[in-house]
Amino acid sequence: MPTLIFPGRYDSLNKIASFIHQAAQEAQLNDFAAYEVETAIDEACSNIIEHAYGGEDRGTIECSYEVSNDRLTITLRDHGKPFDPSKVPTPDLKSSLGGRKTHGLGLYIMRQWMDKVEFDKTIDTNILTMVKFNKVKV
Amino acid sequence: MEISNTQFKHCDLVSVKGRIDSATAPQLSDALDALTKTAGRYHIVIDLSGVNFISSAGLRVLIATQKECKRYNRGEVALAAVPPKVQSALELAGFDALFKIYKDTLSAVGSV
Repeated sequence: MPTLIFPGRYDSLNKIASFIHQAAQEAQLNDFAAYEVETAIDEACSNIIEHAYGGEDRGTIECSYEVSNDRLTITLRDHGKPFDPSKVPTPDLKSSLGGRKTHGLGLYIMRQWMDKVEFDKTIDTNILTMVKFNKVKV
Repeated sequence: MEISNTQFKHCDLVSVKGRIDSATAPQLSDALDALTKTAGRYHIVIDLSGVNFISSAGLRVLIATQKECKRYNRGEVALAAVPPKVQSALELAGFDALFKIYKDTLSAVGSV
C-alpha cells in the first residue's frame, strides 16, 4: 500500500494532491471522479491541520491508498484531537447570502463526492477512510 | 496561484490562475480585501478561467467578498469563465445561486 507522510502544513496540500492524482490514475478514475477525490482529500487534510492539530506544524498527516478491482480506498492518519463528525452541522445550502454559513462545508463536500467516509480512532491516532468506486468497473 | 487586477472605470477585473486551497486562499482574500476594504471598490468580476482547483477555503473567500460588496447595496461580485470542475464545486455548495456567472469576462465586465 503506497504511503507518504506529510508535514501538517497547508503547503503540503499541493504535494498531497499530486500523490492522490497518482492514486486516481492507478485506479483508472475518470477526470471528474479524480477531481472529486482530490477535493475530498484536500478538505480532509485542511480539517486535520485546522481542527485536529489547531494550526500548522503541530503534527503529521499519513496518507496511504489502495487500489482494488472496483475502488480506490484512501486512508489518512493524524495524531491530533479526535474528531466527532456528528457535531458538525450540515450547511444550509439554500439560505440567503446574509445568512449563509460556510462552517461544515468541507465535510459536506467529502460526503457528497466520496462513496464512503468513515471516521475511526485508536488511543492516539485518528483514522479517516474514504472510498471512491470506479463507476466504470462497478 | 497568480492574481492580477485590471481596473476599469466602473469595475475591477480580478484574474486568478492556479490552485485555490487553504494554502493560497489567504492570498486571494488579501487581494480582494485590498479592493473592497482599502480602495472602496465593490463592483468586481473574478475571472476563474485559469483556476484548476478550488476547495471550500476558496469558496469561503468568494462568499465573504460577495457579502462585503453587496452590503448597503453598493456593488456585487460576478464570476466569469468558470471551468466545469469549479462550476461543479460552486453548485455543490449552493453558491451558484449567490453569484451572477458569465461565460466570459467581456460579457461580465459589460454587465456588472
